[in-house]
Amino acid sequence: MQRRMTREQLRDKTRQLRVSILKMLYEAGSGHPGGSLSAIDVMAVLYHNVMKHDPNNPGWPERDRFFLSKGHACPALYAVLADCGYFSIDTLKNLRKYGCILQGHPCMRHTPGVEVSAGSLGQGLSIAAGNALAAKLDNKAYRVYCLMGDGELQEGQIWEAAMTAGHYKLDNLCGIVDYNGLQIDGKVEDVMNINPLKEKWEAFNWNVVETDGHDVLKLEEAFSRADSCKSKPTVIIAHTVKGKGVSFMENNPSWHGAAPDKDQLASALAELGA
Amino acid sequence: MRIVDLNLDLNNIKMKPTRDGYGEGLVAAAEKNPDIIALGADITASVRVDWFRDRFPERFIGIGIAEQNQMGIAAGLSLAGKIPFVTNYGVFLAGRSWDQIRTTVCYANLNVKLGGAHGGISVGPDGATHQALEEISIMRCLPNMRVIVPADSIETRKAAMAAAEIYGPVYIRFGREKVPCITSEDTPFEFGKAYCVREGTDAAIIACGVMVYESLVAAEALAKEGISVMVINNHTVKPLDAETLIEAAEKTGAVVTAEEHQAAGGMGSAVLEMLAQNCPVPAKMIGVMDRFGESGDPGVLMKEFGLVSSNIAAAVKEVIKMKK
Ligand SMILES: Cc1ncc(C[n+]2csc(CCOP(=O)(O)OP(=O)(O)O)c2C)c(N)n1
Ligand SMILES: [Mg+2]
Repeated sequence: MQRRMTREQLRDKTRQLRVSILKMLYEAGSGHPGGSLSAIDVMAVLYHNVMKHDPNNPGWPERDRFFLSKGHACPALYAVLADCGYFSIDTLKNLRKYGCILQGHPCMRHTPGVEVSAGSLGQGLSIAAGNALAAKLDNKAYRVYCLMGDGELQEGQIWEAAMTAGHYKLDNLCGIVDYNGLQIDGKVEDVMNINPLKEKWEAFNWNVVETDGHDVLKLEEAFSRADSCKSKPTVIIAHTVKGKGVSFMENNPSWHGAAPDKDQLASALAELGA
Repeated sequence: MRIVDLNLDLNNIKMKPTRDGYGEGLVAAAEKNPDIIALGADITASVRVDWFRDRFPERFIGIGIAEQNQMGIAAGLSLAGKIPFVTNYGVFLAGRSWDQIRTTVCYANLNVKLGGAHGGISVGPDGATHQALEEISIMRCLPNMRVIVPADSIETRKAAMAAAEIYGPVYIRFGREKVPCITSEDTPFEFGKAYCVREGTDAAIIACGVMVYESLVAAEALAKEGISVMVINNHTVKPLDAETLIEAAEKTGAVVTAEEHQAAGGMGSAVLEMLAQNCPVPAKMIGVMDRFGESGDPGVLMKEFGLVSSNIAAAVKEVIKMKK
Protein backbone atom coordinates (compact mmCIF):
# COMPACT_ATOMS: atom_id res chain seq x y z
CA MET A 1 0.00 0.00 0.00
CA GLN A 2 1.16 3.49 -0.81
CA ARG A 3 1.91 5.47 2.34
CA ARG A 4 2.15 9.15 3.10
CA MET A 5 0.44 10.77 0.21
CA THR A 6 1.03 14.38 -0.64
CA ARG A 7 -1.74 16.89 -0.29
CA GLU A 8 -2.37 16.75 -4.03
CA GLN A 9 -2.45 12.96 -4.07
CA LEU A 10 -4.82 12.87 -1.12
CA ARG A 11 -7.12 15.41 -2.71
CA ASP A 12 -7.24 13.38 -5.85
CA LYS A 13 -7.81 10.26 -3.79
CA THR A 14 -10.75 11.74 -1.89
CA ARG A 15 -12.30 12.81 -5.18
CA GLN A 16 -12.02 9.25 -6.49
CA LEU A 17 -13.42 7.89 -3.25
CA ARG A 18 -16.43 10.19 -3.54
CA VAL A 19 -17.05 8.85 -7.02
CA SER A 20 -16.81 5.35 -5.70
CA ILE A 21 -19.31 6.09 -2.88
CA LEU A 22 -21.84 7.58 -5.28
CA LYS A 23 -21.54 4.73 -7.74
CA MET A 24 -21.99 2.06 -5.12
CA LEU A 25 -25.03 3.83 -3.67
CA TYR A 26 -26.53 4.14 -7.12
CA GLU A 27 -26.01 0.41 -7.72
CA ALA A 28 -27.48 -0.43 -4.33
CA GLY A 29 -30.50 1.80 -4.83
CA SER A 30 -30.49 2.75 -1.15
CA GLY A 31 -28.06 3.87 1.53
CA HIS A 32 -26.57 7.00 3.06
CA PRO A 33 -24.69 9.48 0.86
CA GLY A 34 -24.78 12.57 3.13
CA GLY A 35 -22.85 11.23 6.08
CA SER A 36 -20.54 9.20 3.84
CA LEU A 37 -19.46 12.23 1.85
CA SER A 38 -18.96 14.31 5.00
CA ALA A 39 -16.73 11.66 6.56
CA ILE A 40 -14.68 10.48 3.61
CA ASP A 41 -11.83 12.97 4.00
CA VAL A 42 -11.30 11.96 7.63
CA MET A 43 -11.22 8.29 6.68
CA ALA A 44 -8.94 8.82 3.70
CA VAL A 45 -6.42 10.73 5.81
CA LEU A 46 -6.54 8.09 8.53
CA TYR A 47 -6.11 5.10 6.26
CA HIS A 48 -3.55 6.66 3.95
CA ASN A 49 -1.43 8.92 6.12
CA VAL A 50 -2.07 8.24 9.76
CA MET A 51 -2.88 4.66 10.73
CA LYS A 52 -0.52 1.67 10.74
CA HIS A 53 -2.41 -1.14 9.12
CA ASP A 54 -1.89 -3.96 6.67
CA PRO A 55 -4.62 -4.84 4.16
CA ASN A 56 -2.95 -8.20 3.61
CA ASN A 57 -3.18 -8.95 7.30
CA PRO A 58 -6.36 -7.35 8.64
CA GLY A 59 -5.91 -9.05 12.00
CA TRP A 60 -2.32 -7.80 12.51
CA PRO A 61 -2.18 -7.38 16.31
CA GLU A 62 -0.11 -4.19 16.21
CA ARG A 63 -2.41 -2.33 13.80
CA ASP A 64 -4.13 0.89 14.68
CA ARG A 65 -7.89 0.43 14.95
CA PHE A 66 -10.66 2.44 13.35
CA PHE A 67 -14.16 2.07 14.76
CA LEU A 68 -16.98 3.52 12.71
CA SER A 69 -19.61 4.33 15.29
CA LYS A 70 -21.94 6.03 12.79
CA GLY A 71 -22.31 2.77 10.91
CA HIS A 72 -24.63 4.17 8.25
CA ALA A 73 -21.57 5.89 6.70
CA CYS A 74 -20.13 2.50 5.75
CA PRO A 75 -20.07 3.30 2.02
CA ALA A 76 -17.18 5.64 2.86
CA LEU A 77 -15.44 2.93 4.87
CA TYR A 78 -16.01 0.33 2.15
CA ALA A 79 -14.62 2.71 -0.49
CA VAL A 80 -11.46 3.28 1.55
CA LEU A 81 -11.03 -0.38 2.48
CA ALA A 82 -11.43 -1.48 -1.14
CA ASP A 83 -9.01 1.19 -2.26
CA CYS A 84 -6.46 -0.03 0.28
CA GLY A 85 -6.92 -3.58 -0.98
CA TYR A 86 -8.88 -5.27 1.82
CA PHE A 87 -11.21 -6.64 -0.85
CA SER A 88 -11.71 -6.07 -4.57
CA ILE A 89 -13.13 -2.80 -5.88
CA ASP A 90 -15.53 -4.93 -7.86
CA THR A 91 -17.28 -5.98 -4.65
CA LEU A 92 -18.56 -2.43 -4.15
CA LYS A 93 -21.22 -2.78 -6.80
CA ASN A 94 -22.93 -5.49 -4.75
CA LEU A 95 -23.35 -3.32 -1.68
CA ARG A 96 -26.56 -4.18 0.20
CA LYS A 97 -27.38 -7.11 -2.11
CA TYR A 98 -28.20 -10.52 -0.75
CA GLY A 99 -25.09 -12.57 -0.06
CA CYS A 100 -22.64 -9.69 -0.48
CA ILE A 101 -19.90 -9.17 2.12
CA LEU A 102 -20.87 -5.48 2.14
CA GLN A 103 -23.89 -5.23 4.40
CA GLY A 104 -26.09 -2.14 4.67
CA HIS A 105 -24.46 -1.50 8.01
CA PRO A 106 -20.94 -2.75 8.77
CA CYS A 107 -20.55 -6.37 9.79
CA MET A 108 -17.15 -7.49 11.07
CA ARG A 109 -17.93 -11.15 10.41
CA HIS A 110 -18.51 -10.52 6.72
CA THR A 111 -16.08 -7.77 5.78
CA PRO A 112 -12.27 -7.80 6.10
CA GLY A 113 -11.03 -4.58 7.65
CA VAL A 114 -14.24 -3.77 9.50
CA GLU A 115 -13.21 -3.72 13.17
CA VAL A 116 -16.67 -4.03 14.67
CA SER A 117 -20.27 -4.35 13.53
CA ALA A 118 -22.28 -1.15 13.86
CA GLY A 119 -25.56 0.45 12.89
CA SER A 120 -27.12 1.09 16.27
CA LEU A 121 -25.87 4.59 17.02
CA GLY A 122 -24.09 5.56 20.20
CA GLN A 123 -22.16 2.38 20.86
CA GLY A 124 -18.84 2.88 19.10
CA LEU A 125 -17.01 5.06 21.58
CA SER A 126 -17.50 2.54 24.39
CA ILE A 127 -16.08 -0.19 22.18
CA ALA A 128 -13.15 2.00 21.18
CA ALA A 129 -12.47 2.88 24.82
CA GLY A 130 -12.54 -0.80 25.76
CA ASN A 131 -10.11 -1.54 22.98
CA ALA A 132 -7.84 1.30 24.08
CA LEU A 133 -7.96 0.00 27.66
CA ALA A 134 -6.85 -3.40 26.36
CA ALA A 135 -3.87 -1.77 24.63
CA LYS A 136 -2.87 -0.19 27.93
CA LEU A 137 -3.22 -3.49 29.78
CA ASP A 138 -1.12 -5.28 27.18
CA ASN A 139 1.44 -2.49 26.81
CA LYS A 140 0.69 -2.23 23.11
CA ALA A 141 1.49 0.87 21.11
CA TYR A 142 -1.47 0.80 18.76
CA ARG A 143 -3.86 3.73 18.63
CA VAL A 144 -7.63 3.59 18.51
CA TYR A 145 -9.82 5.91 16.43
CA CYS A 146 -13.57 6.28 16.60
CA LEU A 147 -15.74 8.30 14.23
CA MET A 148 -19.07 9.57 15.54
CA GLY A 149 -21.87 11.64 14.06
CA ASP A 150 -22.93 14.89 15.68
CA GLY A 151 -26.55 13.73 15.93
CA GLU A 152 -25.19 10.53 17.37
CA LEU A 153 -23.80 12.51 20.29
CA GLN A 154 -27.39 12.74 21.56
CA GLU A 155 -27.05 9.14 22.71
CA GLY A 156 -26.28 9.01 26.41
CA GLN A 157 -23.89 6.09 25.98
CA ILE A 158 -21.45 8.36 24.13
CA TRP A 159 -21.08 10.46 27.26
CA GLU A 160 -20.77 7.44 29.50
CA ALA A 161 -17.90 6.34 27.26
CA ALA A 162 -16.44 9.84 27.27
CA MET A 163 -16.41 9.76 31.06
CA THR A 164 -14.69 6.38 31.03
CA ALA A 165 -11.99 7.45 28.58
CA GLY A 166 -11.32 10.66 30.52
CA HIS A 167 -11.22 8.77 33.80
CA TYR A 168 -8.72 6.21 32.54
CA LYS A 169 -6.68 8.88 30.71
CA LEU A 170 -6.85 6.95 27.46
CA ASP A 171 -4.37 9.00 25.44
CA ASN A 172 -4.21 6.17 22.90
CA LEU A 173 -7.82 6.95 22.00
CA CYS A 174 -8.84 9.58 19.48
CA GLY A 175 -12.48 10.35 18.81
CA ILE A 176 -13.60 12.26 15.74
CA VAL A 177 -16.93 14.05 15.55
CA ASP A 178 -18.28 14.49 12.03
CA TYR A 179 -19.69 17.91 12.88
CA ASN A 180 -21.89 18.43 9.82
CA GLY A 181 -24.74 20.06 11.73
CA LEU A 182 -27.44 17.80 10.32
CA GLN A 183 -29.24 14.64 11.29
CA ILE A 184 -32.34 13.07 9.68
CA ASP A 185 -35.07 15.34 11.03
CA GLY A 186 -33.10 18.51 10.26
CA LYS A 187 -30.48 20.63 11.98
CA VAL A 188 -28.92 19.10 15.07
CA GLU A 189 -29.43 22.36 16.95
CA ASP A 190 -33.16 22.28 16.16
CA VAL A 191 -33.72 18.58 16.84
CA MET A 192 -31.75 18.42 20.10
CA ASN A 193 -28.96 20.87 20.63
CA ILE A 194 -25.58 19.36 21.51
CA ASN A 195 -23.72 22.64 21.96
CA PRO A 196 -21.52 23.88 23.51
CA LEU A 197 -19.58 20.91 22.23
CA LYS A 198 -15.94 21.76 22.90
CA GLU A 199 -16.72 22.62 26.50
CA LYS A 200 -18.63 19.37 26.98
CA TRP A 201 -15.68 17.23 25.92
CA GLU A 202 -13.31 19.35 27.98
CA ALA A 203 -15.54 18.91 31.01
CA PHE A 204 -15.21 15.14 30.48
CA ASN A 205 -11.41 15.55 30.65
CA TRP A 206 -10.67 15.29 26.94
CA ASN A 207 -8.19 17.24 24.85
CA VAL A 208 -10.17 18.97 22.10
CA VAL A 209 -8.90 19.87 18.64
CA GLU A 210 -11.18 21.68 16.20
CA THR A 211 -10.42 21.61 12.52
CA ASP A 212 -11.75 21.71 8.99
CA GLY A 213 -12.88 18.15 8.31
CA HIS A 214 -12.34 18.46 4.57
CA ASP A 215 -8.83 19.92 4.62
CA VAL A 216 -6.54 16.92 4.41
CA LEU A 217 -3.46 18.73 5.72
CA LYS A 218 -5.26 20.22 8.68
CA LEU A 219 -6.72 16.83 9.48
CA GLU A 220 -3.29 15.26 9.40
CA GLU A 221 -2.02 17.94 11.72
CA ALA A 222 -4.97 17.37 14.07
CA PHE A 223 -4.18 13.66 14.22
CA SER A 224 -0.58 14.38 15.05
CA ARG A 225 -1.66 16.73 17.85
CA ALA A 226 -3.86 13.92 19.17
CA ASP A 227 -0.91 11.56 19.02
CA SER A 228 1.32 13.86 21.02
CA CYS A 229 -1.20 14.68 23.74
CA LYS A 230 -0.38 12.61 26.82
CA SER A 231 -2.63 11.42 29.66
CA LYS A 232 -5.87 12.54 28.01
CA PRO A 233 -7.95 11.19 25.16
CA THR A 234 -8.34 13.59 22.25
CA VAL A 235 -11.45 14.40 20.29
CA ILE A 236 -11.20 16.07 16.91
CA ILE A 237 -14.25 18.14 16.16
CA ALA A 238 -14.17 18.00 12.38
CA HIS A 239 -16.23 20.79 10.87
CA THR A 240 -17.79 19.23 7.81
CA VAL A 241 -20.54 19.65 5.26
CA LYS A 242 -23.07 16.86 4.91
CA GLY A 243 -23.04 15.66 1.31
CA LYS A 244 -19.71 17.43 0.66
CA GLY A 245 -18.61 17.49 -2.96
CA VAL A 246 -22.01 17.20 -4.63
CA SER A 247 -23.71 20.59 -4.75
CA PHE A 248 -27.29 19.32 -4.63
CA MET A 249 -26.55 17.01 -1.71
CA GLU A 250 -24.64 19.54 0.36
CA ASN A 251 -26.37 20.66 3.55
CA ASN A 252 -29.57 18.96 2.51
CA PRO A 253 -30.98 16.53 5.09
CA SER A 254 -33.07 14.76 2.46
CA TRP A 255 -29.81 13.24 1.17
CA HIS A 256 -29.19 11.57 4.51
CA GLY A 257 -30.60 8.25 3.41
CA ALA A 258 -31.46 8.28 -0.27
CA ALA A 259 -29.48 6.91 -3.18
CA PRO A 260 -29.02 8.97 -6.35
CA ASP A 261 -30.91 7.89 -9.45
CA LYS A 262 -29.27 7.64 -12.85
CA ASP A 263 -29.47 11.34 -13.74
CA GLN A 264 -28.49 12.46 -10.28
CA LEU A 265 -25.49 10.15 -10.39
CA ALA A 266 -24.47 11.56 -13.76
CA SER A 267 -24.60 15.15 -12.59
CA ALA A 268 -22.83 14.29 -9.34
CA LEU A 269 -20.04 12.55 -11.23
CA ALA A 270 -19.78 15.46 -13.64
CA GLU A 271 -19.25 17.80 -10.69
CA LEU A 272 -16.51 15.54 -9.44
CA GLY A 273 -14.91 15.50 -12.86
CA ALA A 274 -15.46 11.80 -13.34
CA MET B 1 -64.86 -18.44 16.89
CA ARG B 2 -65.50 -15.39 14.82
CA ILE B 3 -65.38 -16.14 11.10
CA VAL B 4 -64.73 -13.20 8.81
CA ASP B 5 -65.20 -13.42 5.08
CA LEU B 6 -62.54 -11.14 3.61
CA ASN B 7 -63.99 -11.38 0.10
CA LEU B 8 -60.52 -11.44 -1.35
CA ASP B 9 -59.17 -11.84 -4.82
CA LEU B 10 -55.67 -12.92 -3.87
CA ASN B 11 -54.33 -11.98 -7.28
CA ASN B 12 -55.58 -8.45 -7.16
CA ILE B 13 -54.86 -6.78 -3.86
CA LYS B 14 -54.02 -3.21 -2.96
CA MET B 15 -50.57 -2.80 -1.40
CA LYS B 16 -49.72 -0.39 1.38
CA PRO B 17 -47.08 -0.26 4.12
CA THR B 18 -48.32 -0.93 7.64
CA ARG B 19 -46.32 2.08 8.84
CA ASP B 20 -48.79 4.24 6.90
CA GLY B 21 -51.65 2.70 8.85
CA TYR B 22 -49.84 3.49 12.08
CA GLY B 23 -49.33 7.12 11.09
CA GLU B 24 -52.99 7.46 10.17
CA GLY B 25 -54.18 5.75 13.33
CA LEU B 26 -52.06 7.98 15.51
CA VAL B 27 -53.56 11.11 13.96
CA ALA B 28 -57.10 9.69 14.17
CA ALA B 29 -56.66 8.79 17.84
CA ALA B 30 -55.16 12.20 18.59
CA GLU B 31 -58.12 13.92 16.99
CA LYS B 32 -60.39 12.24 19.51
CA ASN B 33 -58.13 12.56 22.53
CA PRO B 34 -56.20 15.77 23.27
CA ASP B 35 -54.03 13.97 25.84
CA ILE B 36 -52.23 12.03 23.15
CA ILE B 37 -48.63 13.16 22.69
CA ALA B 38 -46.19 11.80 20.11
CA LEU B 39 -42.46 11.57 20.74
CA GLY B 40 -39.95 11.71 17.92
CA ALA B 41 -36.44 10.30 17.75
CA ASP B 42 -34.94 11.68 14.53
CA ILE B 43 -36.68 9.18 12.26
CA THR B 44 -40.00 10.96 12.44
CA ALA B 45 -40.96 10.73 8.78
CA SER B 46 -39.68 7.20 8.36
CA VAL B 47 -42.08 5.98 11.05
CA ARG B 48 -44.86 8.26 9.76
CA VAL B 49 -45.09 10.36 12.89
CA ASP B 50 -44.53 13.44 10.71
CA TRP B 51 -48.25 13.28 9.92
CA PHE B 52 -49.01 13.77 13.61
CA ARG B 53 -46.27 16.41 13.95
CA ASP B 54 -47.65 18.46 11.06
CA ARG B 55 -51.19 18.21 12.38
CA PHE B 56 -50.48 18.77 16.09
CA PRO B 57 -47.09 20.50 16.28
CA GLU B 58 -47.61 21.54 19.88
CA ARG B 59 -48.21 17.93 20.92
CA PHE B 60 -45.09 16.60 19.23
CA ILE B 61 -41.95 16.32 21.35
CA GLY B 62 -38.67 15.58 19.58
CA ILE B 63 -36.07 13.89 21.72
CA GLY B 64 -33.30 13.34 19.20
CA ILE B 65 -31.34 10.12 18.93
CA ALA B 66 -31.82 9.00 22.52
CA GLU B 67 -34.14 6.04 22.82
CA GLN B 68 -33.66 5.38 26.53
CA ASN B 69 -34.29 8.99 27.39
CA GLN B 70 -37.30 8.98 25.08
CA MET B 71 -38.87 6.16 27.07
CA GLY B 72 -38.24 7.91 30.36
CA ILE B 73 -39.72 11.16 29.07
CA ALA B 74 -42.80 9.21 27.98
CA ALA B 75 -43.09 7.67 31.42
CA GLY B 76 -42.99 11.11 33.01
CA LEU B 77 -45.62 12.40 30.61
CA SER B 78 -47.90 9.48 31.40
CA LEU B 79 -47.58 10.14 35.15
CA ALA B 80 -49.09 13.55 34.46
CA GLY B 81 -52.05 12.04 32.61
CA LYS B 82 -50.77 12.28 29.06
CA ILE B 83 -50.92 9.37 26.64
CA PRO B 84 -47.50 9.29 25.02
CA PHE B 85 -46.89 7.32 21.83
CA VAL B 86 -43.21 6.41 21.51
CA THR B 87 -42.36 5.38 17.98
CA ASN B 88 -39.05 4.08 16.74
CA TYR B 89 -37.52 1.23 14.81
CA GLY B 90 -38.40 -1.92 16.73
CA VAL B 91 -34.76 -2.88 17.28
CA PHE B 92 -34.01 0.36 19.09
CA LEU B 93 -37.43 0.81 20.70
CA ALA B 94 -37.76 -2.63 22.23
CA GLY B 95 -34.05 -3.33 22.41
CA ARG B 96 -32.26 -0.17 23.42
CA SER B 97 -34.80 0.91 26.01
CA TRP B 98 -35.86 -2.51 27.27
CA ASP B 99 -34.93 -1.83 30.89
CA GLN B 100 -36.78 1.48 30.82
CA ILE B 101 -39.79 -0.35 29.38
CA ARG B 102 -39.56 -3.12 31.95
CA THR B 103 -38.78 -1.34 35.15
CA THR B 104 -40.23 2.10 34.57
CA VAL B 105 -43.18 1.50 32.24
CA CYS B 106 -44.40 -2.05 32.80
CA TYR B 107 -43.65 -2.49 36.49
CA ALA B 108 -45.79 0.57 37.21
CA ASN B 109 -48.26 -0.26 34.42
CA LEU B 110 -47.84 3.23 32.97
CA ASN B 111 -50.04 4.35 30.10
CA VAL B 112 -47.29 4.45 27.46
CA LYS B 113 -47.85 3.25 23.89
CA LEU B 114 -45.03 1.84 21.81
CA GLY B 115 -45.03 1.90 18.02
CA GLY B 116 -42.38 -0.51 16.76
CA ALA B 117 -41.49 0.18 13.13
CA HIS B 118 -39.31 -1.82 10.73
CA GLY B 119 -40.50 -5.14 12.09
CA GLY B 120 -39.16 -8.19 10.29
CA ILE B 121 -36.63 -9.22 7.69
CA SER B 122 -38.52 -7.32 4.98
CA VAL B 123 -36.74 -4.14 6.12
CA GLY B 124 -34.35 -5.32 3.41
CA PRO B 125 -31.07 -3.65 2.42
CA ASP B 126 -30.35 -1.90 5.73
CA GLY B 127 -29.53 -5.36 7.03
CA ALA B 128 -29.44 -7.18 10.35
CA THR B 129 -28.95 -4.14 12.56
CA HIS B 130 -32.25 -2.64 11.45
CA GLN B 131 -34.39 -5.75 11.02
CA ALA B 132 -36.39 -6.25 14.19
CA LEU B 133 -36.77 -9.99 14.72
CA GLU B 134 -36.92 -10.29 18.50
CA GLU B 135 -39.31 -7.60 19.72
CA ILE B 136 -42.35 -9.83 20.08
CA SER B 137 -40.40 -12.15 22.37
CA ILE B 138 -38.90 -9.47 24.55
CA MET B 139 -42.10 -7.46 24.80
CA ARG B 140 -44.56 -10.26 25.45
CA CYS B 141 -42.57 -11.64 28.37
CA LEU B 142 -43.10 -8.39 30.29
CA PRO B 143 -45.98 -8.36 32.77
CA ASN B 144 -48.60 -5.71 31.93
CA MET B 145 -47.40 -5.35 28.32
CA ARG B 146 -49.86 -5.99 25.49
CA VAL B 147 -48.60 -6.84 22.01
CA ILE B 148 -50.39 -6.34 18.69
CA VAL B 149 -49.05 -7.44 15.29
CA PRO B 150 -51.61 -6.26 12.73
CA ALA B 151 -52.00 -8.01 9.39
CA ASP B 152 -52.11 -5.00 7.11
CA SER B 153 -52.22 -1.24 6.95
CA ILE B 154 -55.93 -0.90 7.71
CA GLU B 155 -55.65 -3.15 10.72
CA THR B 156 -52.60 -1.23 11.93
CA ARG B 157 -54.63 1.96 11.88
CA LYS B 158 -57.34 0.30 13.93
CA ALA B 159 -54.76 -1.14 16.31
CA ALA B 160 -53.18 2.27 16.95
CA MET B 161 -56.62 3.69 17.68
CA ALA B 162 -57.50 0.77 19.94
CA ALA B 163 -54.20 1.13 21.83
CA ALA B 164 -55.12 4.69 22.73
CA GLU B 165 -58.31 3.43 24.39
CA ILE B 166 -56.67 0.73 26.49
CA TYR B 167 -55.06 1.76 29.79
CA GLY B 168 -51.46 0.54 30.13
CA PRO B 169 -48.48 -0.30 27.92
CA VAL B 170 -49.22 -1.55 24.41
CA TYR B 171 -46.65 -2.49 21.76
CA ILE B 172 -47.77 -2.34 18.13
CA ARG B 173 -45.49 -3.90 15.55
CA PHE B 174 -45.50 -2.77 11.95
CA GLY B 175 -43.27 -2.87 8.90
CA ARG B 176 -41.53 -0.79 6.29
CA GLU B 177 -42.53 -2.29 2.95
CA LYS B 178 -45.83 -2.31 1.12
CA VAL B 179 -47.88 -5.37 2.04
CA PRO B 180 -51.23 -6.63 0.77
CA CYS B 181 -54.33 -5.02 2.30
CA ILE B 182 -56.33 -8.12 3.15
CA THR B 183 -58.82 -6.49 5.51
CA SER B 184 -61.27 -3.70 4.78
CA GLU B 185 -62.83 -0.87 6.74
CA ASP B 186 -65.67 -3.22 7.67
CA THR B 187 -63.50 -6.05 8.97
CA PRO B 188 -64.11 -6.10 12.71
CA PHE B 189 -60.97 -5.46 14.72
CA GLU B 190 -61.21 -6.16 18.39
CA PHE B 191 -58.13 -6.02 20.59
CA GLY B 192 -57.51 -9.46 22.10
CA LYS B 193 -59.83 -11.30 19.70
CA ALA B 194 -58.33 -13.50 17.00
CA TYR B 195 -60.52 -14.32 14.02
CA CYS B 196 -60.77 -16.95 11.34
CA VAL B 197 -60.21 -15.65 7.81
CA ARG B 198 -60.57 -19.01 6.09
CA GLU B 199 -62.32 -22.12 7.27
CA GLY B 200 -60.78 -25.57 7.02
CA THR B 201 -60.60 -28.95 8.68
CA ASP B 202 -57.20 -30.61 8.12
CA ALA B 203 -54.97 -28.10 9.88
CA ALA B 204 -55.00 -24.53 11.18
CA ILE B 205 -52.46 -21.88 10.32
CA ILE B 206 -52.18 -19.31 13.09
CA ALA B 207 -50.47 -16.23 11.73
CA CYS B 208 -49.81 -12.58 12.39
CA GLY B 209 -48.61 -9.63 10.37
CA VAL B 210 -47.93 -10.11 6.67
CA MET B 211 -47.85 -13.86 7.26
CA VAL B 212 -51.66 -13.88 7.36
CA TYR B 213 -51.60 -13.05 3.66
CA GLU B 214 -48.90 -15.65 2.97
CA SER B 215 -51.02 -18.19 4.86
CA LEU B 216 -54.08 -17.41 2.76
CA VAL B 217 -52.03 -17.99 -0.38
CA ALA B 218 -50.73 -21.25 1.06
CA ALA B 219 -54.27 -22.36 1.99
CA GLU B 220 -55.51 -21.57 -1.51
CA ALA B 221 -52.72 -23.65 -3.07
CA LEU B 222 -53.35 -26.51 -0.66
CA ALA B 223 -57.06 -26.47 -1.44
CA LYS B 224 -56.18 -27.28 -5.04
CA GLU B 225 -54.48 -30.42 -3.70
CA GLY B 226 -57.55 -31.32 -1.67
CA ILE B 227 -56.18 -30.15 1.67
CA SER B 228 -58.55 -28.04 3.72
CA VAL B 229 -56.80 -25.46 5.89
CA MET B 230 -58.12 -22.98 8.39
CA VAL B 231 -56.35 -19.60 8.68
CA ILE B 232 -56.49 -17.51 11.83
CA ASN B 233 -55.45 -13.86 12.03
CA ASN B 234 -53.89 -13.81 15.49
CA HIS B 235 -53.18 -10.09 15.59
CA THR B 236 -53.11 -9.83 19.37
CA VAL B 237 -50.11 -11.79 20.60
CA LYS B 238 -50.75 -10.72 24.17
CA PRO B 239 -53.20 -11.30 25.73
CA LEU B 240 -53.80 -14.38 23.59
CA ASP B 241 -57.32 -15.26 22.56
CA ALA B 242 -57.04 -18.76 24.05
CA GLU B 243 -60.65 -19.63 23.34
CA THR B 244 -60.42 -19.09 19.59
CA LEU B 245 -57.02 -20.75 19.32
CA ILE B 246 -58.07 -23.83 21.29
CA GLU B 247 -61.15 -24.14 19.11
CA ALA B 248 -58.98 -23.99 15.99
CA ALA B 249 -56.69 -26.68 17.36
CA GLU B 250 -59.61 -28.87 18.40
CA LYS B 251 -61.39 -28.58 15.06
CA THR B 252 -58.34 -29.33 12.92
CA GLY B 253 -56.04 -31.34 15.19
CA ALA B 254 -52.87 -29.78 13.78
CA VAL B 255 -51.36 -26.31 13.91
CA VAL B 256 -48.80 -24.30 11.96
CA THR B 257 -47.75 -20.92 13.34
CA ALA B 258 -46.37 -18.29 10.97
CA GLU B 259 -44.61 -15.01 11.77
CA GLU B 260 -41.90 -12.75 10.36
CA HIS B 261 -39.89 -12.96 13.57
CA GLN B 262 -37.59 -15.35 15.42
CA ALA B 263 -39.47 -18.56 16.03
CA ALA B 264 -37.92 -18.56 19.50
CA GLY B 265 -40.19 -16.73 21.88
CA GLY B 266 -42.44 -15.05 19.35
CA MET B 267 -46.12 -15.30 18.48
CA GLY B 268 -45.83 -19.01 17.62
CA SER B 269 -44.16 -19.72 20.94
CA ALA B 270 -46.92 -17.91 22.75
CA VAL B 271 -49.58 -19.95 20.95
CA LEU B 272 -47.83 -23.28 21.40
CA GLU B 273 -47.08 -22.66 25.08
CA MET B 274 -50.78 -22.16 25.59
CA LEU B 275 -51.92 -25.05 23.37
CA ALA B 276 -49.42 -27.48 24.89
CA GLN B 277 -51.15 -26.98 28.22
CA ASN B 278 -54.73 -26.92 27.01
CA CYS B 279 -55.08 -28.77 23.74
CA PRO B 280 -51.82 -30.37 22.64
CA VAL B 281 -51.76 -31.11 18.90
CA PRO B 282 -48.96 -31.68 16.38
CA ALA B 283 -47.41 -28.35 15.48
CA LYS B 284 -44.81 -26.70 13.23
CA MET B 285 -43.45 -23.19 13.37
CA ILE B 286 -42.63 -20.87 10.50
CA GLY B 287 -40.34 -18.05 11.53
CA VAL B 288 -36.70 -17.02 11.51
CA MET B 289 -34.66 -19.93 12.79
CA ASP B 290 -32.12 -18.55 15.24
CA ARG B 291 -30.13 -16.41 12.85
CA PHE B 292 -29.60 -12.74 12.25
CA GLY B 293 -31.00 -11.04 9.19
CA GLU B 294 -28.98 -9.85 6.22
CA SER B 295 -29.03 -7.16 3.60
CA GLY B 296 -30.99 -7.86 0.46
CA ASP B 297 -34.15 -7.22 -1.45
CA PRO B 298 -37.15 -7.78 0.86
CA GLY B 299 -38.75 -10.35 -1.46
CA VAL B 300 -35.50 -12.27 -1.82
CA LEU B 301 -34.98 -12.26 1.94
CA MET B 302 -38.49 -13.54 2.67
CA LYS B 303 -37.74 -16.51 0.40
CA GLU B 304 -34.21 -17.10 1.68
CA PHE B 305 -35.41 -17.04 5.26
CA GLY B 306 -38.26 -19.45 4.57
CA LEU B 307 -41.09 -17.00 5.17
CA VAL B 308 -43.27 -17.39 2.10
CA SER B 309 -46.45 -19.30 1.29
CA SER B 310 -44.62 -22.34 -0.09
CA ASN B 311 -42.80 -22.77 3.24
CA ILE B 312 -46.10 -22.57 5.07
CA ALA B 313 -47.73 -25.06 2.72
CA ALA B 314 -44.87 -27.51 3.23
CA ALA B 315 -45.20 -27.16 7.00
CA VAL B 316 -48.94 -27.83 6.77
CA LYS B 317 -48.29 -31.08 4.90
CA GLU B 318 -45.75 -32.16 7.51
CA VAL B 319 -47.99 -31.37 10.41
CA ILE B 320 -50.86 -33.31 8.85
CA LYS B 321 -48.55 -36.33 8.58
CA MET B 322 -47.69 -35.94 12.25
CA LYS B 323 -51.36 -36.31 13.15
CA LYS B 324 -51.36 -40.06 12.60
C1 LIG C 1 -29.73 3.73 18.07
C2 LIG C 1 -30.14 4.28 16.74
N1 LIG C 1 -31.19 5.11 16.66
C3 LIG C 1 -31.58 5.58 15.47
C4 LIG C 1 -30.94 5.23 14.32
C5 LIG C 1 -31.43 5.72 12.97
N2 LIG C 1 -30.47 6.70 12.41
C6 LIG C 1 -29.56 6.35 11.49
S1 LIG C 1 -28.58 7.61 11.03
C7 LIG C 1 -29.39 8.70 12.04
C8 LIG C 1 -28.99 10.13 12.09
C9 LIG C 1 -27.56 10.29 12.44
O1 LIG C 1 -27.17 11.62 12.44
P1 LIG C 1 -25.65 11.98 12.59
O2 LIG C 1 -25.09 11.22 13.75
O3 LIG C 1 -25.50 13.44 12.65
O4 LIG C 1 -25.01 11.34 11.30
P2 LIG C 1 -24.55 12.03 9.92
O5 LIG C 1 -25.09 13.41 9.88
O6 LIG C 1 -23.09 12.01 9.96
O7 LIG C 1 -25.10 11.15 8.85
C10 LIG C 1 -30.41 8.03 12.73
C11 LIG C 1 -31.33 8.66 13.68
C12 LIG C 1 -29.86 4.34 14.45
N3 LIG C 1 -29.17 3.90 13.38
N4 LIG C 1 -29.46 3.90 15.66
MG1 LIG D 1 -24.70 14.88 11.39
